[in-house]
Amino acid sequence: MSNTTTMKSAAPKNSISRKSGLISATNSILSSIVCIIIGLLVGFIILVCINAEHAGEGFMTILIGGFNNINAHARNISKEIAEAAPLIMTGLSVAFAYKTGLFNIGAAGQYSVGALGALYFALVLHMPWYICILAAMLCGAVWGAIPGLLKAFFNVNEVITSIMFNWIALYGVNELLKNNVLGKMYESTKNKTYVVRTTSAGSAIPNMGLDNIFSKSTTIAIFIAIIVAIIMYIIINKTTFGYELKACGHNKDAAKYAGINEKRSIILSMVIAGALAGLGAALFYLSGVGEWNPNDSTACPAIGFNGISVALLAVCNPIGCVFSALLISHITVGGSCLATAYYQPEIADIIIGVIIYLCAFAMLFKMLIGKVVKVKSTSDANADPQIELHEPDSDKEAEKEDEE
Amino acid sequence: MNNEYIIEMLNITKEFPGIRANDNVTLQLKKGEIHALLGENGAGKSTLMSILFGLYQPTSGIIKKNGVEVKINNPNDANALNIGMVHQHFKLVECFTVLENIILGVEPTAAGPFLSTKDARAKVMDLSQKYGLSVNPDALISDITVGMQQRTEILKMLYRDNDILIFDEPTAVLTPQEIEELMKIMKNLAKEGKSILFITHKLNEIMEVSDRCTILRKGKYMGTVDIANTNKEELSRLMVGRDVKFEVDKDEAKPKESVLKIKNMTVPSKVHKNNAVKNVSFNVRAGEIVCIAGIDGNGQTEFVHALTGLEKMSEGHIEFKGVDISHSSIRERSKSGMSHIPEDRHKHGLVLDYTLEQNMVLQRYWEPQFQKAGFIKNGAVRDYALKLIDQYDVRSGQGPVTTVRSMSGGNQQKAIIAREIDKDPDLLVAVQPTRGLDVGAIEYIHKQLVAQRDKGKAVLLVSLELEEVMNVSDRILVMYEGELVGQLDPKQITVQELGLYMAGAKRDEVPAEV
Repeated sequence: MSNTTTMKSAAPKNSISRKSGLISATNSILSSIVCIIIGLLVGFIILVCINAEHAGEGFMTILIGGFNNINAHARNISKEIAEAAPLIMTGLSVAFAYKTGLFNIGAAGQYSVGALGALYFALVLHMPWYICILAAMLCGAVWGAIPGLLKAFFNVNEVITSIMFNWIALYGVNELLKNNVLGKMYESTKNKTYVVRTTSAGSAIPNMGLDNIFSKSTTIAIFIAIIVAIIMYIIINKTTFGYELKACGHNKDAAKYAGINEKRSIILSMVIAGALAGLGAALFYLSGVGEWNPNDSTACPAIGFNGISVALLAVCNPIGCVFSALLISHITVGGSCLATAYYQPEIADIIIGVIIYLCAFAMLFKMLIGKVVKVKSTSDANADPQIELHEPDSDKEAEKEDEE
Repeated sequence: MNNEYIIEMLNITKEFPGIRANDNVTLQLKKGEIHALLGENGAGKSTLMSILFGLYQPTSGIIKKNGVEVKINNPNDANALNIGMVHQHFKLVECFTVLENIILGVEPTAAGPFLSTKDARAKVMDLSQKYGLSVNPDALISDITVGMQQRTEILKMLYRDNDILIFDEPTAVLTPQEIEELMKIMKNLAKEGKSILFITHKLNEIMEVSDRCTILRKGKYMGTVDIANTNKEELSRLMVGRDVKFEVDKDEAKPKESVLKIKNMTVPSKVHKNNAVKNVSFNVRAGEIVCIAGIDGNGQTEFVHALTGLEKMSEGHIEFKGVDISHSSIRERSKSGMSHIPEDRHKHGLVLDYTLEQNMVLQRYWEPQFQKAGFIKNGAVRDYALKLIDQYDVRSGQGPVTTVRSMSGGNQQKAIIAREIDKDPDLLVAVQPTRGLDVGAIEYIHKQLVAQRDKGKAVLLVSLELEEVMNVSDRILVMYEGELVGQLDPKQITVQELGLYMAGAKRDEVPAEV
């Protein structure tokens, strides 16, 4: 009997939660969109400043992104999709660690080590593609685990260690590849590693017919990435493991009090983040989007760092990462289509930079949008006086902060 | 005639969408008096003070200073009218010294941008002598006690020549000794002509220092009374709207077998080289409330942490229900039937950014009842949270999906108590369970503790409040500098005597077995 009464009261509360959850999700999406629009506008202004005559045309090129020259074997759209897949993974890597309160700035290093793993298993051992993917994930996981261990047991800041590990990974991988220490992987005449698809066809990620529509580098990688994003979403939101990780991220002391092993959570979170970044590298190199150039020793793989942008724009939501990665890939490809006589392709990077910069204000936008929505629905707000009793306080806090 | 009042808030009404936080409230502060503002959590005290401090504009009503109507649009206006406020949570820069914090915002300069603290230092030292607020101006805020931090806040107001001082629940964070000191300081300030508004829900303090008291209940003005002509019972009736019992109703304890046996526990300190807990041995039996009394910082925190597994002990044994749990993990101890209401509800007790329902299962989310193959059963969690909310009357804006951060302190504490008691523990460790709560909530929590005892459970209460120690416990153990210095019977001892034990002036041998 008591069961029926609780069920009765549960029904309206359920609808409340769904409604408020929906409003907050909508606000998040809206605030991200506001960031994107302002970022694009700033990009347009920059285009005007550089070359006013061609600004409109250039701006359209960026907006169209992968849909430029759609007839030429859909080259651009292929590139956009192929590059989005690894970007989703590094975005997920950053977003996942962030849920445990860790800032995984080391996705680039985990990505590099993952690339080495994937290439070694493909070019030297000629393993099937899924084994190569697992190898890449394992390598990335190991590389992520080290900062995790240092953080858990010695409280060494993971930002510092993972930045250092980025460069160790990059130079280490470059040396190993260039000198063919692990086996023949480097084609010195082309300054790049061998092409996976021609050296070991079985190690390339299958196209499943996608190459009939798009170029060869468009494989099922994008689907793998989307599936992994969904799995991550489920882990974070639906499982006890996700509950523990988030508890650690929000309040380490309370997590410990509740008997959660916070050291284990930190390490596992970094291991998974590393594996995700490693998987990203596998999706890139095993799809043949490009080959590794071990002579390029000045920059860490951009996909690793762009993962931070992807995660920030997605407010660390795994599903959001899919869309933000596609958007960033879209704008980047658009930038590369710009007529180089007038503009540099790096304009796209500026636009992305502005968008990410604005994401720091995303909370502000979210609040403003929230206020607008609230004013519109004040008639709903008097459901329970207790709600309002506390809200004045939070408003007061916000105002106080404004004062300071 | 008008000038009798330094500040008048007349017929103030403040409406928020859907609620009237203040409904026709009048507050008149005389020059040189200590005026208490009394009300339960959520009665509208903070809103009223925010209006006076310029954070909100009243929907209707006027504010007068010295009989002249004034507009206070922001805190700067309030400052210009010499209104200062000590917030409940101090607004100090941790890595600055006391002096630097005091001058922050009104930094005295010499020759352009260069800071000149000489005069400021002299003024601060003068003030601290005049009002008996001794502080070390060069100590870092992070190094000094909460009491000292509060003095810094008071000096901040005095340095700005404020003469209307608002104290927002100033005693919530203080030890009994510090409270006594603060009361003296407040009386001194009033004697020197400062007018004080004292927001609190502790009746004893009002009776001790205030001249008059204005009472709010659910936003409504209940009246202003002269403290000389009233008593605690009348005040609490005005505040809560019903009679509140200060004495805890309970029968004689019927203790049974020992549930918890602690032998020679020693816990190293994190702050200094000495041991925080030294060779402590005692038992707790089923069906009794044992209280560890003592002044804050005498090893109680470390003791509880070692008992619940948050910290490691260097020596000793803990036996719980006949099993040695000295080296068990926090989870194992919790599983075996130990519940812990932590001292710091924000640090340990709650994940503030989780919803109420997520916090309700913080200790049990892994039980088969709430998860299957690692997936959380949302329906079961929701039903369980609704049950606890209903049973323990936890109030919040959106029920189980309220973010706990937005809830009032009293309801946050109720949520923890609901969670810990509903685990049906054999031993309930409650550390300062009523800290910062109003009388209604305190009465409720005390009832719950006694109910646990009467169900035959063991309760270990750690408290700094003498009244709580005397009223609730069946047996008192006094902890002084990490040692047990006395085992006392609350029915046979006076508060004064207990104070002597707590201050280390008196001690006996404490038998390990009861």
